[in-house]
Amino acid sequence: MQRLSSALFLLGLGLLIAAIFRGMEFGTVAPIVGQAINSAAAEQVGAANFVTAVVLGYRGFDTLLELTILFTAATAGGMVLGKRSPTAKRDPDAGFILQAGADLLFPLLVIVGLYIILHGHLTPGGGFQGGVILASAFFVPILARPGTRMSHTAVSTIEGLAGASFIFIGLLAMFGGEAFLTPLMGQGELGALLSAGSLPVLYLAVGLKVGSELAGLLAQLSESEAVD
Amino acid sequence: MPDTGLLLYGGAFGLILIGIAGIVLSAHLVRIIFAVALLEAGANLLLLLATWHQGAAAPIIVAGRVPDLMADPVPQALVLTAIVIGVGILALALSLALRVQRAYGTLDMHEVRRHMEQDIADEAGIDMPSSSHAPAAVQTARQESGA
Repeated sequence: MQRLSSALFLLGLGLLIAAIFRGMEFGTVAPIVGQAINSAAAEQVGAANFVTAVVLGYRGFDTLLELTILFTAATAGGMVLGKRSPTAKRDPDAGFILQAGADLLFPLLVIVGLYIILHGHLTPGGGFQGGVILASAFFVPILARPGTRMSHTAVSTIEGLAGASFIFIGLLAMFGGEAFLTPLMGQGELGALLSAGSLPVLYLAVGLKVGSELAGLLAQLSESEAVD
Repeated sequence: MPDTGLLLYGGAFGLILIGIAGIVLSAHLVRIIFAVALLEAGANLLLLLATWHQGAAAPIIVAGRVPDLMADPVPQALVLTAIVIGVGILALALSLALRVQRAYGTLDMHEVRRHMEQDIADEAGIDMPSSSHAPAAVQTARQESGA
């Protein structure tokens, strides 16, 4: 009975969505804001990747708040999982292939992650994507050897410093009489590694924060006691 | 050759519908969490498609060449952060499910609900809430648990 009513609800929802979007024009709507940003971003921000110009330049404050959401989720995850009891059983170490693979992958993932973070203003990528790759770099060794512990003090120190430096760079702009998080230090040459002012520094802070947060959360999940 | 726009929008709405179907139809907590992840993917795709334009290039200037028509960077920036936040929320939801499993030994929503009602009734010192209109399945489950 419950399944039948759920299926009926889904059918109704599908029909409703279809009815709403039947009359819409797909793929022909002119992106007014997007075109304005695309034509102005190169001069105003100096980042070759306009998505980065939007993420850190035009709506940097939103990015700060989204980092706060991620921080809240990571903190809440840590609170929910709690500390493991010292007597709890651990998974045995993985086999030779996974261990050797993890050792090989670790430096590669760190380099790729840092590359993607530091080139966020030039190529597709940036702090969020590179941060996730960094997190996986530090999580793969835990998968191979579940006994090893990640230092939560180091992780939370990096996370706190990265978050604080993001806000500090934003405040620096305010001391200069500009709005919060206005890009600083000139724009440089479009497409050069050292360009777009303070955007690469901000993205480095974002990448370290995202990476340490996700790595800490994943380590916490894997450290939690298994239920048989 | 089907229309690309129709395909993309159909995919986005299909993902959203599959996600909602998983949430309302399945009773297993982990399946519900994965359905939420699918729903989230559909919502992200829909957000990207809001300003989708056939043949628009990525909004990146490579080697000084400016494409004629560039995609809107605003939804891309929104989705970029939403995906990472989605991973964080997924981990939080899974850790909550882990706690439920530890507390009640099951991940079945009906079982969990019954355990929680039992706990609340025990704590308040009252009988389990019941109604003569309650579905037969609930009543037999209640008799089995000795309430």
